[in-house]
Amino acid sequence: MDIVQQAPILMILCPFLGAFAVSLAGLIQRRWCYPLTVLFTAGSAYAGLGTLIQVLRTEGGVIRYRMGGWEPPFGIEFRLDALNAAIALMVVVVALLVAIYSRQTVASETAGKEGHFYTLFLLLTVGVLGISMTGDAFNLYVFLEISSLSSYALIAMGRGRAAFSCFNYIIMGTIGASFYLLGVGYLYIKTGSLNMTDIARILQEHGLYSSNSVRIGFLFILIGVWIKMAFVPLHRWLPNAYTFAPSTTSCLVAPLMTKVSIYVMIRIMFSVFNPEFVFGVGPRSDLVVWLAVIAMMVGSFYALAKNKLKMMLAYLVIAEVGYMVGGAWLANATGLTGAIFHILADGLMTLALFLAAGAIYYKRKSYNIVATKGLFGKMPFTMGAFAIAALSMIGIPPTCGFFSKWYLISGGIEAGHWGFVVGLLTSSMVNAVLFFRILERAYFEKPELPYEPGRQGKNALNFVERKGVDEAPLTMLAPLWAASLGLVLLGVYSGVVIDFISRYVNSVGFQ
Amino acid sequence: MRQRPRKGVLIAMDTLVMTSQLPLYAVLASALAPIPLILAGRNPNMREAVTFAAGFLKLWFVMKMLPPVLEGKVLEYTLFEPVAGLPVQFRVDGMSMLFALVASSLWILTSAYAIGYMRPLKEHAQTRFYVFFAFSLSATLGVAFAGNLLTLYVFYELLSMSTYPLVTHHQDAEARGGGRRYLTYLLATSVGLVLPAMLFCYLKSGDMTFAAGGFLAGKVTPTEALVLLLMFVFGFAKAGVMPFHGWLPGAMVAPTPVSALLHAVAVVKVGVFCILRVVTGVFGLDFLEQLDLGLVVSFIAGFTVICSSLIALSQDNLKRRLAFSTVGQLSYIILGASLLSDLAVKGSMAHIAMHAFGKITLFFCAGAIYVATKKKYISDMVGIGRRMPITMVCFLIGSMSVMGLPPTGGLISKLHLLLGAPDSGRWWLMLFYVVSTLLNGAYLLPIVFRAFFKTGKHFDAGTEVQEAPMFCLVPLTLTAIGSILLFFFPHLVFELASLMVEGS
Repeated sequence: MDIVQQAPILMILCPFLGAFAVSLAGLIQRRWCYPLTVLFTAGSAYAGLGTLIQVLRTEGGVIRYRMGGWEPPFGIEFRLDALNAAIALMVVVVALLVAIYSRQTVASETAGKEGHFYTLFLLLTVGVLGISMTGDAFNLYVFLEISSLSSYALIAMGRGRAAFSCFNYIIMGTIGASFYLLGVGYLYIKTGSLNMTDIARILQEHGLYSSNSVRIGFLFILIGVWIKMAFVPLHRWLPNAYTFAPSTTSCLVAPLMTKVSIYVMIRIMFSVFNPEFVFGVGPRSDLVVWLAVIAMMVGSFYALAKNKLKMMLAYLVIAEVGYMVGGAWLANATGLTGAIFHILADGLMTLALFLAAGAIYYKRKSYNIVATKGLFGKMPFTMGAFAIAALSMIGIPPTCGFFSKWYLISGGIEAGHWGFVVGLLTSSMVNAVLFFRILERAYFEKPELPYEPGRQGKNALNFVERKGVDEAPLTMLAPLWAASLGLVLLGVYSGVVIDFISRYVNSVGFQ
Repeated sequence: MRQRPRKGVLIAMDTLVMTSQLPLYAVLASALAPIPLILAGRNPNMREAVTFAAGFLKLWFVMKMLPPVLEGKVLEYTLFEPVAGLPVQFRVDGMSMLFALVASSLWILTSAYAIGYMRPLKEHAQTRFYVFFAFSLSATLGVAFAGNLLTLYVFYELLSMSTYPLVTHHQDAEARGGGRRYLTYLLATSVGLVLPAMLFCYLKSGDMTFAAGGFLAGKVTPTEALVLLLMFVFGFAKAGVMPFHGWLPGAMVAPTPVSALLHAVAVVKVGVFCILRVVTGVFGLDFLEQLDLGLVVSFIAGFTVICSSLIALSQDNLKRRLAFSTVGQLSYIILGASLLSDLAVKGSMAHIAMHAFGKITLFFCAGAIYVATKKKYISDMVGIGRRMPITMVCFLIGSMSVMGLPPTGGLISKLHLLLGAPDSGRWWLMLFYVVSTLLNGAYLLPIVFRAFFKTGKHFDAGTEVQEAPMFCLVPLTLTAIGSILLFFFPHLVFELASLMVEGS
């Protein structure tokens, strides 16, 4: 059998087998953990590229991979089409970049636990990848749990309030997963199938859309993924969990977990169900868009009130979730295109920002935005990349943030939902304030010794200031710059990506 | 290319669109300059040589495009296509050419001037200064060459970003305030107004390419057209239409070469250029005339003209006075465009060039005075004509050009603007021009008069002649001579301007 055809399964097997290897290595020789992780994620990324090429070349643009050759609906299949092939590739690329980046941060923040950390790191990658590739609703739940459980543990490895914030996250996350599972249960009762394509077919053939059980199942799934993606008002678990996690964890979790939940929402809305059902299930589907507007405002303005860089970024994640949910619920093709494109764009943006924040923390030992004073002189390369990511968040062309806004705003205008348009523009401007607040500090002020409120005096950090440029190591800078340049490239080549995404969007069948 | 007949007359000559990489090279000449600039950073002479090389290279590429453009051809180059059917594309026509010529030739003079300004003042971070200067010139040419709204917007934003480090060059509290104001005005308006307006246009018409008769005609309702027009006029805040002019006086904290080239020529002219493009290429003069939308803009611009001139009267800081004068002159151009008469639009376009030479001379003079005497305030400059006679004579020439007195180029564009008012059937709009010309005289001429004929506390009868360094003096003399030359040889400017108006 051709190895290329095995690419989808290799993509997930690489980190999965890697997790075993790394956990063994953690017992024998901890130094091996880092190179092994990089190696296995790189293998996965390579397979991901192969998968994407395969999807591009396949007639119809859908590839199905049947586990053990079992035919669906009995067996589990991986199903890759124009919606998730790019997302799956993004997941492995993010994992690879964070793996490369993690060399110093893991050693310094979770010293002695490298084995555990990297094992969980790889398992999380497996879970997220599985979610983005599987074509089976129950199998998706399994991967959801794999990724959630490993992310709980990864977050709890942080210092200070990490354990408590993580506990909060566990409770909310478990409730979310249960909702999802309940919803899938309802669908199973009515259709007798767990395969997504199969469920969609049965719903269609038997006209089950009017069934109350199906409607309730849909709503349960929706609420489940909303909790998982921290959609307002179900967002309270996220900021603390992301802030107090070790910096490598936040770099991995922040770009992936919420984005992949949005993917699940879109998959369920448009692949299992159809627009007619989804936008007719409640009395007014535009209320969800209004909720998304509230999410943008809550995220942006809370971010404005935070003086911790990471906390600010965490709230921005919540605002960005609003962008994507809103786009998907605008009930038109342009909005959905924007939402899907923004999954990719925002994944990269969040990655770049968290990587930069981690690099700043590594050198300045503080997440307080005061620690960014004078950083253009101290860490010019980190700040340069940070500035590019900031411009993308604001939506300055030719970065990809501009083009996702382009489609989202167009979608809003097309739907006549002016609240969404104004919300997006306001949020862009708040982003401008947020980021220039930091860039100004970094550019105009003199660097000073970092401090953390409440940590002065004899608890003050043991910090030695170096003269002149004091840049983060190359293993941190390289992934950071890769992500930042990726933002520009994704913007410049957004035409190609959009073309690819619209294959899926066109198949959805909007009126 | 689609063509639309204007005023019932079919365009006789076929427009030839030819693909050419020259626009790309012209933009890249300064966009790639930062690499050698940074490498040569430790050796100032080498670094400035790189700037000059890039400047001449750029001008050469622009000049090479001149003959085909004068023949009525449009040079086209597609960079990439981010949205299906909507490329980021250069299309060089007469209007682009005019602006590009002005910007790239003045860049060379400004680079020379910058040497004379930055070195004696021992400014810090000079390499960074030249790097971002080169970037902003690329963005300026990008706007000039933009073939559609999307491209225009992309380079417009890049220009805001690349000029921020220049405005805030001194990195002190004042620069921080000025820079913050700069970005707040420019970003809030472009993201808040231009972006949605642009998207709305696109959704309504399915098109974004500038066309001779616009592409909106018949696609939007009159109310929508009015709202869109206002969103564009206010949204391109670089044009400084009141109440969005506040960033310009704030941006005067920048070193003078920046104020001279960017805030008298490149950045602000990009603003009016965008508005002219939108008026002619998006709406089309006929469509606006049909809806009678010109008058609204005329009033907004006329108000700005008078108001800013009055404010300029009260400013004692020379650069701030010039900044308010610029605000007024920019609205001249917009007022001209809003008259919707071919004559006035031609005059508007020409005024971009004429005012550029006049105003850059004035700024160069202000900087030269600062370098030689450290004086910023007009009240301290009484009698300075004895100390710096050449500078002040050039200042006089610049003032005359801004006012529109012979023998300077300003007269010719102003005549076109003035005559455009009766041409459009609203002769009383001439009043704005007449009153404002008087005000221009009132705030510029006393400076020269007092410089030569009065004695002040710093400069009395015994003051010896001591001009600014040659690198300051020569560029400002050249731009002053340029203003006079434009009076005698305005043909090229008007030829390019009419190319645009006739839409071929």
